[in-house]
Amino acid sequence: MKILVTVSEVSSVDEEFEVDGLDVDERYLSYDLNEWDDYAVEEAVQYAEEHGEDEVEVVTVTVGPERADQTIRQALAKGADRAIRVWGDALADATVLDPRTKAQILAAVASDEDPDLVLSGVQTGDDSWGATGVTLAAELDFGWAAVVNALEVDDAETTASVHRELEGGLEELTDVDLPAVCTIQTGINEPRYASLRGIRQAQNKPLDEQTLADLGLEAGDLVMPLELTDLYEPESEGDATIWEGSAEDTAADLAELLREKGVGA
Amino acid sequence: MSDVLAVAEHRRGELRDVSLELLTAGADLAAEAGGDLHVAVVSGPVEEFAEDLNREGVDAVHTVAHGDDYNHDVLVQAVAGLVDDLDPAYVLAPNSVNGLDSAPALAQRLDAPLVTDAVGLAVEEDEGDLVVTRELHGGKTEGTLAVDGTPAVVTIRPAEWPAAEGNGDADVSAADVAIDEDGVRTAVTGYQEVAGGEVDISEAEVLVSVGRGIEEEENLDIIEDLADALDATISASRPIVDNGWLPKDRQVGQSGKVVTPEVYIAIGISGAVQHVAGMKGADTIVAINTDPNAPIYDIADFGIEDDLFDVVPALTEQFS
Repeated sequence: MKILVTVSEVSSVDEEFEVDGLDVDERYLSYDLNEWDDYAVEEAVQYAEEHGEDEVEVVTVTVGPERADQTIRQALAKGADRAIRVWGDALADATVLDPRTKAQILAAVASDEDPDLVLSGVQTGDDSWGATGVTLAAELDFGWAAVVNALEVDDAETTASVHRELEGGLEELTDVDLPAVCTIQTGINEPRYASLRGIRQAQNKPLDEQTLADLGLEAGDLVMPLELTDLYEPESEGDATIWEGSAEDTAADLAELLREKGVGA
Repeated sequence: MSDVLAVAEHRRGELRDVSLELLTAGADLAAEAGGDLHVAVVSGPVEEFAEDLNREGVDAVHTVAHGDDYNHDVLVQAVAGLVDDLDPAYVLAPNSVNGLDSAPALAQRLDAPLVTDAVGLAVEEDEGDLVVTRELHGGKTEGTLAVDGTPAVVTIRPAEWPAAEGNGDADVSAADVAIDEDGVRTAVTGYQEVAGGEVDISEAEVLVSVGRGIEEEENLDIIEDLADALDATISASRPIVDNGWLPKDRQVGQSGKVVTPEVYIAIGISGAVQHVAGMKGADTIVAINTDPNAPIYDIADFGIEDDLFDVVPALTEQFS
């Protein structure tokens, strides 16, 4: 059994920031492993631990610049066996890395790796496309299940039985034939913290850097159907009354409001 | 032609509200592009659905009766067949769990561009390209995307457009599309409701709701003290439940419960769209969050832009 996990590095923006052209000024950005992918890595590593680490290989794949290696090492430290990172000038120059472009690259890697199961976070925390995993499944002609919060693979490793988290506290129970892509929802497990031993071991695990050309893709082959044409800070729609002063003062203001409404009386 | 095809969503025999919002977005876009609005409804009691979808601005409803409920393999095949017949310039679907389970596969199958979670749609004057507005950077920024290629597949954010009203005079017809059973690789075997606990937060009049800003499980003590002092019920945003610090039945939001209390005190909650979907109907919303740009302040009535670890104990003190 081989499990391929897609891992993204995501940016978070400081409370105060400036937009520079079509992106947030680099000074106000910090980077981390995408929260949803953390759960996807954990799900794969737990499967390997339960079924024997010699029987199951967990490979991560990332589309991202060299900076992302730090994030990828986190996934390796949590128990993935090896990692692949793909990048190229055509991607660095793009105004936006959309799900179809990303899935096209991931599919090229998946075709080489031939996994039985692909796990992908439901969405990234920064741009929230929520579409890369399902697009990848379609690109590979795999089955898929989106927004999975429970996952069981049968002993023959031919079917995944999943719970899909729908809106309003309802779950759909679905069987999907393998090979398949499952997009993993937060809360499906408890992602571990990397141990010191894990962090040390991660330094020696293979992290294979590939270019688009290595995957047989020319820049002109990439679909890239979207172009970001403007980026701005949205105007606040809010008209909240903001209480100022010390915590004691603001708490007193709020207490007065609550008492007016008969709360805590 | 610049027609719009909107893909309606339903669950267990009911159309979902977002389907009617989709009609509004679709009718606006069709009007701007000078085309017609077509609606597709696949699986379930499609004739009943078609009647309800026949609202102002809808030109045609296409039904595909196949199975009782949503199956993404069936939906993608059916809509791809309709796109072949109708040649629309734009395909709209909801940015819901099932919208995101099907629209990306549809776009890939059609070799079409895809934009998810749209909050605005416009047609660019010169080239006629679709321009989509969506949030980026976790909602800290908003951007416009020019979409190259047709049909553009776009999922729209729920509750951004009003529901379509009135009666339409659309042509309702059964679509002539065949479903290849070999291409159906998923089977929906059932549904399960998340088990209810001892407290029903949707019945509470006062909710003290806690989010990621609380940082550690042991810090929940100060929230409990406040709830006790106010005789309020505790609820939470998703990360608290994901961490197992509070049970699932305390979760407010898209995948949890929709609450409409008289007073909702959001403590250390940023106000992501999925959370807001569950609590925007509260009468009075108070936010306690250090980040003045947090989206919770877009819907709050009152706010304290200060450290919850200072404000919450001080508030409890006021009621002791």
